[in-house]
Order: sequence, then structure tokens, then C-alpha cells
Amino acid sequence: MREILYRDAIVEALDEEMKRDKSVFLLGEDIAEFGGSYKTTAGLFKKYGKERVRNTPISEQGIVGATLGAALVGMKPVAELMYIDFTAVAMDQIVNQVAKVRYMFGGKAKTSLVIRTQGGAGRSSAAQHAQSLESWFVHIPGLKVVMPSCSYDAKGLLKSSIRDPDPVLFIEHKLLYLEKNPAPKKEYLVPIGVAEVKREGTDITVVATSSMVKKSLDAAEELEEIGISVEVIDPKTLFPLDKETILTSVRKTNRLLITHEAVERCGWGAEIAAIASKEAFDYLDAPIERVAAKETPVPFSPKLENFIIPNKDDVIEGVKRTVLG
Amino acid sequence: MPTITKKNALWIFKTMLRIRRFEESSIDLFTKGELPGFLHAYIGEEAVASGICVHLTPRDQITSTHRGHGHMIAKGLHYKGMFSELYAKQTGYCKGKGGSMHIADQELGVLGANGIVGGGIPIAAGAALGLKLQKTKDVVVCFFGDGASNEGAFHEGINLASTWKLPVVFVCENNGFAESTPQKNHQSVSDIADRATSYNIPGIVADGMDPLSMYEIAGEAIKRARSGKGPTLIEAKTMRFLGHYVGDPGTAYGHDKVVGKWKKIDPIVTFEDFLKQKKWIADDHKEKLVIDINQEIDEAILYAKESPEPDLEDALEDVYSDS
Repeated sequence: MREILYRDAIVEALDEEMKRDKSVFLLGEDIAEFGGSYKTTAGLFKKYGKERVRNTPISEQGIVGATLGAALVGMKPVAELMYIDFTAVAMDQIVNQVAKVRYMFGGKAKTSLVIRTQGGAGRSSAAQHAQSLESWFVHIPGLKVVMPSCSYDAKGLLKSSIRDPDPVLFIEHKLLYLEKNPAPKKEYLVPIGVAEVKREGTDITVVATSSMVKKSLDAAEELEEIGISVEVIDPKTLFPLDKETILTSVRKTNRLLITHEAVERCGWGAEIAAIASKEAFDYLDAPIERVAAKETPVPFSPKLENFIIPNKDDVIEGVKRTVLG
Repeated sequence: MPTITKKNALWIFKTMLRIRRFEESSIDLFTKGELPGFLHAYIGEEAVASGICVHLTPRDQITSTHRGHGHMIAKGLHYKGMFSELYAKQTGYCKGKGGSMHIADQELGVLGANGIVGGGIPIAAGAALGLKLQKTKDVVVCFFGDGASNEGAFHEGINLASTWKLPVVFVCENNGFAESTPQKNHQSVSDIADRATSYNIPGIVADGMDPLSMYEIAGEAIKRARSGKGPTLIEAKTMRFLGHYVGDPGTAYGHDKVVGKWKKIDPIVTFEDFLKQKKWIADDHKEKLVIDINQEIDEAILYAKESPEPDLEDALEDVYSDS
């Protein structure tokens, strides 16, 4: 299969959907001639022009509010918020408006829209450009939260998100943009709400999101050498959640570790641990483990940043604690 | 002299009466304990919604505020759906899930009242963008208050709309108080319309107690928006005749001291005088109007009372499109 950069997979998804549906348009900061800070809209301005690839002022509430307004009159806008950290500036529009209008107005409002953003650490971006804030949004009924971990999913999930009738927060990862991996050129969709077993195993289930998927797969390789068989699951969408794939795996392996780049406290992993402890209680042979960021803002120093963000070795240690006791 | 036609003038008068009677009836029901939640009454400000919405078609869109009943009625929403919503019934505009502050009807171009001060301003800009991209001639009217003019959303929404020359009219209903804070204590400008300068768009002060002033100024702004020349900021100087919410006597912050002089220029009274001078309305005509409105209200309240409450499982529906 063809290999493609994760960021180019995003461009390809946008391109295909804009071609397919004239109501799809893009808006965001520096997305037009500049092609986006991470080049995720490269070439689209030239192809579709300024009406459909709209540079906005630096104005996050304005961007999200305008996205919602356009959706309400029947457009299918795809907004880009340059960093997930900037969602904090637009929180009223995301939480009180976008997430609520369908319900609050009795189910009739059209809210097919996507807010693309990216998060994660690893580039010394420090405390305001490197957070993992996904659990904020999973907590809000009315939003769907998608987190692709590879080029294939980035393309297929973004296309599904654009076609979805509900608001989707689509969270990319800044370190994955330059990862190259397989994704076909032909048309395909990856469904929202379906997890994938990325590697089969028998001793422990590792549920990993975004950048932690690759780290967990690498950890699984190493653990196999010492005789521990790890099953790695990528949920792909944090909500709606494919609970069954996770629970089926836990019932088989009898152990569960959840890993994400967000801090541990009230992280998405806590939700998965709660679900598994209730619905697979009798199958668990060990306490559920979480491998997540240390509970600090993201530091600038590469040394410190690397220390607080979970890596492959942290996953290995977590698995050993759980499996070997 | 104003160029208003008899037909439009009578529409405005009737709409102001419809709003006034709806609000009086709602207050009565609320005070009797029949309605849950809380109410923000539009009484006193009727000329604004009526003088503007007379220019709109059902395809034009509005965004509204916590004090939104007047906008809804002026945009054509029916009493039955509105009372039912206030009663939290299944037959309400939002099936009882929104209430007074969140009434909406996409079919009649009401993108929603909003409980967040200023929240509708960027949404209005986006709706106008959508209409522009769809190559329609439809416009959006965005209602908000003086308090909202201090929110970041005001700046972001109007900046976007002016930068992109979007077909939207921003209507600031300046009733002198942001909840309990008098205007002089929450902003240094006395005319919010002055803020339009910083967006390079027209900013016009209208007499929000005078339907003719509203009619003329809104007509120009809407024409400008329809013809692709971009937004206008209209500041309608007005006054709510009651407190911030039903039950607020307005005594703690000086509202009770100033409201008397505004009541003397009650738009319904002064506009009736105007219509009589023009010989466009006779006493018996007005009485008939009031009787018809009262009858419609009585029927709507009865309908709302007799409508079913939502089922418990309804609480779990409409969160997502497939739920």
C-alpha cells in the first residue's frame, strides 16, 4: 500500500470531501496561502479559492461560533484551531453552543461540523502549546471526539467526521504529522465509534490513544521477547466509545492498562478503568493500570518534557507491574 | 416624513401588541407558579423587534437573547409552541428541553435564543457566511444587549462579519442596564454605536421606543446587508419596563427611579396615536385586535396546559442525531 505522511492524509481527506460536497468549506487561522501551521491544508487554497478555504482573524470564539452558524443554515464547515490549547479561548462556543444546540432546541438544529485541532507534546512547545485536553470534551454530551493515530485513520476518520451529522472534535497529534505510514489513495471511510485491535495478545490489554498507540506497539514487541503477550487496542474515537472491543479483549487477557498523553488525574483512562472494573470485574486478575503524563503543565526543557510524557519504557514498566505483579 | 406604508405600520402595531400580551400573560402564569425556571420580559422594548422584523422574510435568520420572546413573536413563531415551551411540554418549540431562554425554530429562521450573553454574535456571523456562500440574498439579524457589547464574542463576531462583509445586521438593544449594572458603570462610551467605527461599518443610534425610527434605520441596514455591502451596528436605545427577571423589582440599582419617564413614551401608546393621526386605525379596530389576540392567547395557554409532559425517555433523545 502507498505510504503517506499523516499530515498529507489530512489534506487528502479535506480535498476529497470538498470535491464531493460543495457545502464543505474550511476556516481557520493561516490555513489559506500559508497552508496551515502544520501544512494540513497545503494546496487547497489554490485549488478551491478564498471562499472555501477561509483565513480567519486570530479569533477562536469567532471561528467556532461562525462554524456553528454556518452549519445551522446547512453548510458543512471544517474549522481548524491551530492548537488544542486554544480551545480554552473558544470554550463557550464549543461547550455551551456547539454541543448544546441540537438538544436544547429539541433535536431539529443542523449541526454537522468538524473542529480540527492538534495536541500533544514532544516539540518543546511548553505549557500552552502541548497539552492533551481530550477528556474535557469527552465529558460534554453532544460532542464526538476522534483521535487518529496513523495516516490511514487520519484520512478515513476525517472523511467520516465531515459526513457525520453531529459536531466532531477531531484531534490530531503534532508529532504524528511527519510520520509516514500506509493509506490507500482510493476512496475509503473509517467508521466513527469502532475500535481496532492493532496487535493481538493474550496476557494484557493495552488501550492506547493517539501517539501512545505506536509507543505501545513498540513496547509490545519488546515485551514479547521476555514472554509477555500484549494486545494493543486503539479506540480511535473516545466518544462514541467502542466498549465491546475493549471489554472482549479484557475478558480474554484478564488484565488492562490504559495509556494516554494527557495527565492521569480525571483522564480518559479513568473512564475506561471504571467501565472495565464494572463490566469485566470477574475477569480481572490484577488492578487496572494507567500510564499517563505526570500531573504538571508541560515543561519547555526537552529533558523535563520527556520526563513527564509517558514513553515506551513507561508502558513496558506498567505492563510488567500488572502482569508480573 | 417616514415612508412607512399603512400595511407595515399596522403589522408593527399588531406585533407589538402580540408581544406585550404574550409577556403579560407569561408573567401572570409565572407569578401564579405555573411555569418552571425564570423569565426575562421584553415589555417596553417591543418597538425594536417589531420595527426590524417587519423587513424580514421567513428565510432570513435571527439570533436572539435571554430576553427573546419579543424577537420570536416578531419573527412569526406561534403562541401555542411558545406557551407550551414555557410550560415545559412535549408540544413546545424545543419539546420542553429549552425553555424561555432557548426557543428556536429553524423553519422560521430563528437560530435560537441564547442563555449566554453575547453567545449569538459569532453564530450570527457564521450563519451570514453560510447564506453568502449559498449565494442567497437572505440576511441575519443578530439581537443582543448592552451587556453583550462588552463580551469578547461581540468583538470577534463583528470583526469577522465586517472583515468578510457578511449580510448581517447587529442590533444592540441598549436598555441601560446589564442585569443590575447601569451602563455608565460597565463601559466608558455612552453610544455603543460608536464602537462600529473600529470595524469600519456604519454605527447608528436608533430610538428603540419609536417603531418608525427602528423601521427606517433597520430598513436601510437590511437593504445594505442584502446588497452585499456588509454589516451595520444599530444601537436601539430602549428600556425594559420591568426588572431584569420577573420578580426583580429593580429597586436595588436605580431601575425603578428611571423607568417612569420611559413608560411615558410607551411605544404601543405613542404608535397608536400615530396610527390614529394617520387615520389608519379606529378605536373599534384596535379593540378587535386586542380581543383576537386575547382569544388566541387563551387558546394557546389551554393548549399548552393540556399538552403532554415529555416522557422520561425523551430526556435521553436528541443529544446526537441517532439518539
